Amino acid sequence: MSTSNTTYYIPHKATWPVLATAGLVTTLAGFANYLNGSSIGSTLMVAGLTIFIVMLAGWFTLQSTESESGMYNHGVGISYRMGMMWFIFSEIMFFAVFFGTLWYTRNLSVPWLGGAGSNAATHALLWPSFDAVWPTNGPGNVGGHFEPMGAFGLPLLNTLLLLTSGVTCTWAHHGLIAKNRKQLIQGLAATVGLGFLFVLCQAIEYHEAYTEMGLTLGSGIYGSTFFMLTGFHGFHVCVGAIILSVVLFRSWKGHFSPENHFAFEAAAWYWHFVDVVWLGLFIFVYLM
Amino acid sequence: MSAVIAEHGHDDHHDDHAHGPEKGWLRWIITTNHKDIGTLYLLFALAMFFVGGAMAMIIRAELFEPGMQFVNPQFFNSMTTMHALVMVFGAVMPAFVGLANWMIPMMIGAPDMALPRMNNMSFWMLVAGVLLLASTLFMEGGAPAGGWTLYPPLVLQTGKALPFAIFSVHLLGISSIMGAINIIATILNMRAPAMTLMKMPLFVWTWLITGFLLIAIMPVFAGAVTMLLTDKFFHTSFFDAAGGGDPVLYQHIFWFFGHPEVYVMILPTFGVASTIIPVFARKPLFGYSSMVYATASIAFLSFIVWAHHMFTVGLPISGELYFMYATMLIAIPTGVKVFNWTATMWKGAMTFETPMLFSIAFVVLFTLGGFTGLMMSVAPVDFQYHDTYFIVAHFHYTLVPASVFILMAAGYYWLPKWTGHMYNEKIGQLHFWLSAISVNVLFFPQHFLGLAGMPRRIPDYAIQFADWNMVSSIGGFIFGVSQLLFLWIVIDTIKGGTGEKVTDEVWEDAHKHGLEWTLPSPPPYHTFTTPPTVIPCDHD
Ligand code: HEM
Ligand SMILES: [Cu+2]
Repeated sequence: MSTSNTTYYIPHKATWPVLATAGLVTTLAGFANYLNGSSIGSTLMVAGLTIFIVMLAGWFTLQSTESESGMYNHGVGISYRMGMMWFIFSEIMFFAVFFGTLWYTRNLSVPWLGGAGSNAATHALLWPSFDAVWPTNGPGNVGGHFEPMGAFGLPLLNTLLLLTSGVTCTWAHHGLIAKNRKQLIQGLAATVGLGFLFVLCQAIEYHEAYTEMGLTLGSGIYGSTFFMLTGFHGFHVCVGAIILSVVLFRSWKGHFSPENHFAFEAAAWYWHFVDVVWLGLFIFVYLM
Repeated sequence: MSAVIAEHGHDDHHDDHAHGPEKGWLRWIITTNHKDIGTLYLLFALAMFFVGGAMAMIIRAELFEPGMQFVNPQFFNSMTTMHALVMVFGAVMPAFVGLANWMIPMMIGAPDMALPRMNNMSFWMLVAGVLLLASTLFMEGGAPAGGWTLYPPLVLQTGKALPFAIFSVHLLGISSIMGAINIIATILNMRAPAMTLMKMPLFVWTWLITGFLLIAIMPVFAGAVTMLLTDKFFHTSFFDAAGGGDPVLYQHIFWFFGHPEVYVMILPTFGVASTIIPVFARKPLFGYSSMVYATASIAFLSFIVWAHHMFTVGLPISGELYFMYATMLIAIPTGVKVFNWTATMWKGAMTFETPMLFSIAFVVLFTLGGFTGLMMSVAPVDFQYHDTYFIVAHFHYTLVPASVFILMAAGYYWLPKWTGHMYNEKIGQLHFWLSAISVNVLFFPQHFLGLAGMPRRIPDYAIQFADWNMVSSIGGFIFGVSQLLFLWIVIDTIKGGTGEKVTDEVWEDAHKHGLEWTLPSPPPYHTFTTPPTVIPCDHD
């Protein structure tokens, strides 16, 4: 029989992708309606998200059943790994936009507003009293007075939490390779736990910012970059933790072998990526 | 058929390679077959080509004479904006993804794409994105009208359409990224063992590099429009100087995406041209490896030249200089390519079937677009050209008689393979000559208009621009109507064409140039279930 057909698994029809699209487009159309103040917005969003979640459950179940029944050979595994790696690359580019924005405003546009470069006239004519120091909410004092977020309270704790979770994740991987299921499950559980703890701390930090420090998404460019960067990161931590939970659940069901555990690897790569982004945030958003 | 496929495939017949398609219309919704998905992409792109084309006809009708004739200025601006978005994201890009789907597995000896389920999803995400975009035409405040670049602060004045347009960009981005990941994984992981990287047809090479570009830039565009969304609805100040932000920042981010984006549309074009020209010149491609390196250099350079779109925005002088020189560098690898195509034809035993005619026109007219690009790369002179009809002429030369002509060429070249029928050569040639002449009548005068100072994106103009606008519009109408011939050709060929049964290789000695010509015409639903062992290689 043909070699590549017996080796490379090609599914012959797929219903989940269309559902995924339907779910996503309904959610987005709902969100757009909501932003426009239309009353059907939130209903559409809930409907779309429901479809999307059902889809995720269905598609993941299908993939794991296929994987456990040995349908994916080495070649399929390589395709999946490549897919995940390039996906993470696209995520890196997404974060690069916001890091780039932070860099541009801190090093170029804010100093220019203060008269740097050949922009003395801008400063003198438009905003003579503007003092271009970071953090700033701009010459218009947009959003009113705020206190910047320090680095050494919750953010430092969060750094430790995430770094530790990176270690527990690797420890779980060693357990998987060594066929030590207890270590695998404990390591994963610790990783997921630390991840959610991180999200909790972040929520507390946001709460403090909004209620006590006057720091909001509307606090000029500082508030915009701060919440956009940490917010998208926090969202990625949630996604990563959910993926790891699925992997934990599958480990508990006895899935994965030292040779075949793409889902674990993908989740772990994603987790390390989220970890590295946090280090960037800690340095460029909180410390500097 | 292997046991693994039987479990989720059709259990009724698992004895053969000819695992047929699903019966009925459902086939097209749930298909994971690269040929089905390729067909879907190509037909969708063709439909969008006519939708975008209709918008262009409205633009040219309004500009036929000075004064306001048919539409109001707001709607006119919506038309220029939507025409560009539909053509770029709905027609040209999907058409090349369609070609990639159909041809890459057959060119590299793979049984299908690497990630077939995701393949299905990228197509449907595209449809969803375009539908969301099209829906804005019917909204309060009209479709986006601030130009396809969506510059703030102007675009933030869009009515109800704004969030829909932004989410449409997100969906199109998801679609492109998934498509690109799939193509890269297919090329890197699914090649027949004998198909080494430096034996791959250039179409495959150019798509490998384009895939990389797409994954690198679509998230950047997504990030930019996300900031538009939060600036509009969530009080952020990214593009608002009062809050310490900067509207110019948007332009930087947009063009960091936008410049590589134009190469997303042209690199696969180069690939198809490099595939077709050797066949009809009956010679191997000249300078294969230099073509590969030139493609890679263009891709690399495309990331470091973006601000040539912003020469007049008030960049520091060092920035103007850097971006000027960096942009000029692109002309070098581009020149290598044009030289190689010409050298391939040099002393070849050429014949001039429709695909070759379109390809030759591409070489000549794309070069013209490249020259005007070079003119505009000179920063101080660009102050004259910028935002005039000169730049409109430039990029239409690089997109219409280049990307679109090559898409036509690809259609004529591969339709016989896809359908098993020969297209009508007479109508094909008629289509070519009408298109090639009218496209120049349409766009060449726009150089004059631009040099004389006519601004782009305006529904009315001063009287001295009247003559050339009328000429341009006449060219536009002829070009638009001529494209109906292509539609006719596609339908006719699918239905049986000339009635002549084509051979496997269709074109004389084509089997020396690509694996796809060793397969039957039309190829069975599944091809290369066993990897081929002998790989044709049309270069040394
Ligand atoms: C030799 C290579 C090229 C050079 C040096 C070049 C240079 C330029 C420059 C300097 C501009 C900005 C003009 C202005 O705004 O004043 C421009 C605009 C543009 N170019 Fe090119 N270009 C080249 C090739 C291409 C190719 C291959 C494509 C597409 C397939 C392309 C598509 C565009 C588009 C779409 C715009 C206008 C964008 C807009 O403002 O809407 N160019 N080009
Ligand atoms: Cu450019």
